[in-house]
Amino acid sequence: MTAQAELEQQTETRTVREAIRQALREEMERDEDVYVMGEDVGLFGGVLEVTGGLYEEFGEERVRDTPIAEAGFVGAATGAAATGTRPVVEIMFSDFMGVSMEQTMNQMAKMRYMFGGKTEMPVTVRTTEGGGMGAASQHSGTVHAWIAHFPGLKAVAPGTPASAKGLTKAAVRSDDPVFVFENKMIYEQEGEVPTDEDFTVPIGEANVEREGEDVTVVATQRLVGESLDVAERLDAETSVEVIDPRSLYPLDTETIVESVRKTGRLVVADESPLSYGIHAEVATRVMENGFYSLDAPIQRVGTPDTHMPFSPPLEQEVLPDGEGVRDAIERIA
Amino acid sequence: MSDYTLETEEGRREALRRMLTIREFDTTAGEYFADGEIPGFVHLYIGEEAVGVGACAALDPDDYIASTHRGHGHCIAKGLDPDLMMAELFGKRDGYCNGKGGSMHIADVESGMLGANGIVGAGPPMATGAALTIDYQDRDEVALGFLGDGAVAQGQVHEAVNLASTWDLPAIFLVENNQYGEGTPVEKQHNVDNLSDTAGAYDIPGVTVDGMDVTAVAEAVEEARKRARAGDGPTFIEAETYRYRGHYEGDEQPYRDEDEIERWKQRDAIESFKGRLIDRGELTEEEFEDLRAEVEATIADAVEYAQEAEPPAPEEAYEDMFGEPVPEIEAFANRPRADGGAKGGDSS
Repeated sequence: MTAQAELEQQTETRTVREAIRQALREEMERDEDVYVMGEDVGLFGGVLEVTGGLYEEFGEERVRDTPIAEAGFVGAATGAAATGTRPVVEIMFSDFMGVSMEQTMNQMAKMRYMFGGKTEMPVTVRTTEGGGMGAASQHSGTVHAWIAHFPGLKAVAPGTPASAKGLTKAAVRSDDPVFVFENKMIYEQEGEVPTDEDFTVPIGEANVEREGEDVTVVATQRLVGESLDVAERLDAETSVEVIDPRSLYPLDTETIVESVRKTGRLVVADESPLSYGIHAEVATRVMENGFYSLDAPIQRVGTPDTHMPFSPPLEQEVLPDGEGVRDAIERIA
Repeated sequence: MSDYTLETEEGRREALRRMLTIREFDTTAGEYFADGEIPGFVHLYIGEEAVGVGACAALDPDDYIASTHRGHGHCIAKGLDPDLMMAELFGKRDGYCNGKGGSMHIADVESGMLGANGIVGAGPPMATGAALTIDYQDRDEVALGFLGDGAVAQGQVHEAVNLASTWDLPAIFLVENNQYGEGTPVEKQHNVDNLSDTAGAYDIPGVTVDGMDVTAVAEAVEEARKRARAGDGPTFIEAETYRYRGHYEGDEQPYRDEDEIERWKQRDAIESFKGRLIDRGELTEEEFEDLRAEVEATIADAVEYAQEAEPPAPEEAYEDMFGEPVPEIEAFANRPRADGGAKGGDSS
């Protein structure tokens, strides 16, 4: 669905945080087999307050506080999904996914395939990503490329409140394991969100957030908004098209390549480390499918293969932002 | 109740038949592995038959089990079809996993078998998850996670037991202490007298039973099942047993000697159970030999089925990844095969 078509629906103004909470509420109301589990998601309401109020509304059976044991509860969610319920797991900070990677890699991702397709795996894993809070290296990671890279898992990363709601709902409804990567710096970002309870964002569909003629910027999460701001500022000199892929795996190659065929220039902006990641994948797909449409070298904007440092001047140095996107556009426009 | 229980004469005979079936299945699998007809790795259950059969005799057919890398015995004890199991070992499309799992990953969720598992310690979180579903949906089953003695050192095992205990889930954890974690003796891996001591940390019952005695295992699991169904949470059981073969087929076993193996064989689970049934007047030597012949025929049929079954077509490698397929894999599945492709131009 294009941004235009989405906005033609009945909407209300919501933050990303509220949009995700609303998505969870609607899906729990729609399907009794959906429940939320994770560290402090219940009475506490989630350390970043995404699940706030759900415990009071749905009770402790459906909003379950777990021990601080990612391997145990991600594994339990995997076993629960294989046997007929639809858990939505919150991993407080994506850095903690390391603790549960065995269950993610070897069980959740592989069971369906190894069992010859005879198991569904309707589990959703929500987690927070990103720097900008001075939270240092163990609470600021952007690790979605791990999951997008690993066969058997789907990865989505919303950049707007509407995408946040629609992707979360699609993830919960999916019979496949879907990871929802929420950048914590955009929880307060407001936008128009469709109110229709059946509104979902199909997994694997990118969104053209802004149309343009000269340069395509493929941006994710927080960098969607920053790229849109840059595009507005550059409007007089350069016409910038901004695409939010929304799904990192599967990735909507067609929408991206079609845009590059029109503009001939590509910037990929994603907060994850630059080497071997989302940037490389988007660039490769454009090379494979639209090589002769390129009029300039592809530019990457991301974290320069560092961890997110603590001290504000250090964090600002490595954290990719709109200025980085503008510089990249100016290098090739 | 289970489709066989040690409380009836018929059920006891069925338990004996299943133990014999496991031994024959795995003996045969070892031979075809040595011949090169079975690819990959195989880990045989010979010697440990009383644990799987005793446990499953105490479970209902609808109960779940999560297994280990040494899973053939659990499958047979649970009632899976040896034909489809053997076909899976041979890598055939008609195997339980369409040839995508092999020996270490046989699964049949519909039968309550949540999978053998190539990762040590991965079964208990799976059992906790199945128990969570049962509890959440107010169902009547329980979930039993098998694990080896080596797995008791794994962190995820403790996380799973703690979660099941904290939430009073209907789970049972059954350690098969076969005395070796791969090639290292259990004493060198754990500093407790009994692995069931672990249960104390979670305030749940921990019991150690003779894993060469099918009745002792069944009684412990029956008790654990009652507890789980009453909402009293999990039980942690250790069954002391022994594997007659190496960790995997081809293991030269420098870590133990023949005398030790022979000492354990004196307590063989099948022989001792057979002796008890004869003592009770429920079985004669002749009937036992008839049962053995019947089992041998069943496994010979399974091999024939597996050998004659079709191998999967190469393009089936791209199936079964997702419920809602993705274009990334579809592109491979649908590409023209062996055509060389064309040079130059955009490939889309």
